[in-house]
Formats: sequence, C-alpha cells, structure tokens
Amino acid sequence: MSAVTTAPKAARPRVGADAIASKGWLGAHKWLVLRRLSQFGILALFLAGPWFGLWIVKGNLSSSLTLDLLPLTDPFLLAQSLAAGTLPYKEALIGAGIVVAFYLLVGGRVFCSWVCPMNLVTDAAAWLRRRLGLKGGKIPSGDTRYWLLGLMLFAAFATGSLAWEWVNPVSMLHRGLIFGFGLAWGIVGGVFLYDLLIATRGWCGHICPMGAFYSLFGSTALVRVSAAHRSACDDCMDCFAVCPEPQVIRPALKAAGQDHPVILDRNCTNCGRCVDVCGRNVFRITTRFDRSES
Amino acid sequence: MGDMQDKPVGQGGPSPRRRFLREAAGVAGGACLLSLGVGLYAKQASALPAVALRPPGALAEADFLAACVRCGLCVRDCPYDTLKLAELGDGVATGTPYFTARRIACEMCEDFPCVAACPTGALDRSLTDIGKARMGLAVLIDHETCLNFLGLRCDVCYRVCPVIDKAITLERQHNPRSDRHAMLLPTVHSDYCTGCGKCEKSCVLPGEAAIKVLPVKLAQGSKAEHYRKGWEEKEAAGQSLIGEQIELPVRGLEGKSYGDTRVLPGQGPAPAPATPAQPGSGLDSGWKP
Repeated sequence: MSAVTTAPKAARPRVGADAIASKGWLGAHKWLVLRRLSQFGILALFLAGPWFGLWIVKGNLSSSLTLDLLPLTDPFLLAQSLAAGTLPYKEALIGAGIVVAFYLLVGGRVFCSWVCPMNLVTDAAAWLRRRLGLKGGKIPSGDTRYWLLGLMLFAAFATGSLAWEWVNPVSMLHRGLIFGFGLAWGIVGGVFLYDLLIATRGWCGHICPMGAFYSLFGSTALVRVSAAHRSACDDCMDCFAVCPEPQVIRPALKAAGQDHPVILDRNCTNCGRCVDVCGRNVFRITTRFDRSES
Repeated sequence: MGDMQDKPVGQGGPSPRRRFLREAAGVAGGACLLSLGVGLYAKQASALPAVALRPPGALAEADFLAACVRCGLCVRDCPYDTLKLAELGDGVATGTPYFTARRIACEMCEDFPCVAACPTGALDRSLTDIGKARMGLAVLIDHETCLNFLGLRCDVCYRVCPVIDKAITLERQHNPRSDRHAMLLPTVHSDYCTGCGKCEKSCVLPGEAAIKVLPVKLAQGSKAEHYRKGWEEKEAAGQSLIGEQIELPVRGLEGKSYGDTRVLPGQGPAPAPATPAQPGSGLDSGWKP
C-alpha cells in the first residue's frame, strides 16, 4: 500500500482535456449529462409524490408502481426473496420480469450507470480521487462480487430473510432519499470513503452483489459501445482512467482476444464516458451487430 | 467469471494456476467472512421491538422478513400516515413497514389499502375482514396508573375501541378503597382485539399509556390445554364427573356453606400493624387491592 501522493499537476493534462479541446465541454460530457439527467430524472419521479403530491411513481427501486398501472420490481430482491423461501404475488413476479426483459435488451449494468443512485456517490468518489491524485490502496478482486452474490443468496436461504437487505447500501440510499435515512447515511458515506481512499471503483466494480446480479443480464445487450475508430487511438489512456470497469475496454480497443471493436463484456455499463472523454472519437454507442470499423 | 480479464503473468512468478487458486481463495474467504457477518447480523437483529407493530395482514415475523421487499408501497397507500418505513437505527429491520400505536394508530380501513398495495404478499390478501386482523394485542399493562383502576371513570380506551364492548369491556368490581363504589375495569378480549392501537393512542396519561398494544406472543400466555376445567366438564356431562362429595367441615369457616371462602369485613386476618413490616420480617407484603 503506497502512501497517498499528490499528482504532479504539470506533468499530465487532466483526464478529458483533449476531448474538451477538440469537442467543447458539452461535446465531451454529452453522455455524462444524459446519464445524470436519467439518474436525477428517475429520482425526481420518485420524489414528486412525497414532495409535491404528484404521484407518478410510488415506492422505490426495490418495487414500484407507476401511474397505478406498471409494476416494477428489482429482480435481485425477488431472487433473495425466492431464496428465502417465499413466492411473491404476481405483481412482483411480473414487475421483475419486465425489468429483466428491459435489461436483457439494453445491458444489465445499464441499471448501474443510468439508474442506480449509488453511481452518483461512487462517481463523485472516483472524480475526487482523480482530482486529488490519490494513489494506492487495496483493491479486491473483481470476482468478489460474484462470490458475494452467491453467498448472499445462500444467506437468504439459510436465514430465511433478505440478509443482504440488512446492509445493502444501494437500496438503503434510494429508500433513504425517498422515505428517510436514519443512520443509513453512515453506510453510504462508508462506500464513498472506501472508493475514495481504499479502492478505485471498489464498490461498483468489485464488491456490489447487486451490480453482479445485473451483470448476469449483460451478455445479450443490443446496445453496446464500439471502439469503431480504434485506428485513431493515441494511447492517452483517458478512457481507462474514467471507465468504471476498465478491463472491458482492452479486448475491443486493442483487439486482445477478439477481432471486432465492439465491447461485449457483460460488465460494460454502457455509461458512454469513454465516448465523451476520447479526444479522437474512437468510441461510439451502437448495436452489438455493428462490427464495422471506420 | 474473469474470462475477459486474464492478465499477463509476471516472469518467474508463480504459475497461473497457483496464482488463480491463491486469488480465488482470498476472494472466497473475504466474501465468506462478509456474508457470515451479514447473515449473523440479520439473524441477530430480526427481533422486532415490542412497540413496533406490523400492518394488518402481515405474515408471521419470520415469513414477513422473507417476503417484504422494503418498497414502501403500503406506506404510500396508507391514508392516515400510520405506517412508516424503518430507518437504520430504528431497531426494526431497515426498510420494513411498521407503526407505533402511541404515535398514530391503525384506523382499520375496511378496504385494506396497505394490503392491496403490497406486491409480494408480505401483507396477506387472504385477510378480508379487518376485524380478523391481529396486529398485536392490547394489554392494560399498568394497574397502578390506569385511572379506572383508581376508581375513576376515564373509560377513554373503552370508548375509542373500534370493537367496543367486544374487544374491550368494562368489568364491574367492588372498590375496596371506598368500600361503596364500583371500579369499572377496562378488560381486553383477545377474541376480538385487532391490535389497532387506538386505546394506546388515546390513553389520557401524559407520557406512556397504561394500556399498550404488544405483539400477541408477548401479550398472551399459552392456553392450558392440559388443564380440564371442572365447570366446563360438568356442563358438558350434565353432572359432576366425580359424583356427590362428602362435605367435611373447614376449620375456621364452620359457619359457612361448603366451598364458601369469602371473607367479610372484620372476619379477615388481623389488620396490618401501623408500622410497616420490616423487609424480611414477615409475610405481609403490604399489598392492597
């Protein structure tokens, strides 16, 4: 574990500086802005009811009812509930089915980057870590999340209760914003500090079993990022610096283990940050079938 | 799972397989420890505090914790803001709905908006009569502060009870303090009490209520199934099961009919001494009705 150091400021321009220079600020933050709009928009839909009496969506991300018609249920919660030995009513089953079908189409971890409120926290931690030039720490293996996922389902089975929901920072954050936090701030703050001081992208990229669950629906996504213009890559590494799952880039960008330039890794969250941050327009968001290079 | 992330192995380092095994062991070990902690915590913390009541139709606590997805739809559809989602630190499983009778009691809606809203069945829709709900059981827990037990006529818990004269009745008893008045004691009947908490909410005492709704398990003893009640057996059989008994005189109660053990004023044991008995010096506990 190396000591925390301050990055030499003059040595290297800030991540994304090239992109801002060539595309302008808005061009270099297009997908980020859209993503924030999506995250805050979804949160606003949930908050419009309790804050302004405008009941479009009731409930929270665990289970919700939109316009008294559309039920949506978090399939991870449903899986825990099934493991704990309950068969819920059909509303929950249909709701989870709709959610799974949606993410099978767009990519499971789109939930993580476009919906999940914890993304705001961990993105903030990652941004601050880059700005402060914090290095070092201890990053757990990216497989930890899958182990945790399996073990949490087992824990639900063994204890007959939704074990992970006792501590799940993700559902606690969203529920807290809508229904009141109590001490859950502490857990959310813990995730922030963990990502800031101990492990880059530690929570979302290595630990969160909820994200791991959604990544199971990531293999069939129609929407994918392609390094279509990879011939223009100048190895500035900015995309790796901003990517929440940097390991997914290499096969597509550097043709490591595959020929085509489409990122097919199920852990790609389709956040589009690489598209934004690349000054050479290497990446674009397209479909999984578009394997052309330009 | 790491199919896409094979990293080049350092020259002269341990073999890929050994490295993989070592990493996997570390990861699995860490994840196991974390899961064990979470599992134990969940088990440990799943006891519901006695003042926290579940909404009507809630499954038994263990099943409820397995079924409830903590979405808060029941909270949203409760017209009286009775229900609240537990926050971390409330002592109730985080995110699950509960209410505190002393704060806002359940209004016992006939159409069960909370149950209808529940997408998982943690609130069971087979409950169709709110009178059959068993959110808890009221207990007149403090006989020392209850105004009716002091011989006064408060009666508020009885008056507000939605199942008045069934779930709570006023039982008339002699008031031995004045010796000429009655005490009308609010008495809860578990056959009818839904545990809505209106009595606890309305108790006129300034802080804690004298009547409280407790989880049924805490409030109620188990029935003495093994105990055959003579009067019931007698009625069922139409006669005493043991036939006529020889009546023997009872020493000290010779002037009374057999079995009459009532004590009239002046007949009882000698009155307590003016100075209270020292602790441990006698059997008189000083208790008075």
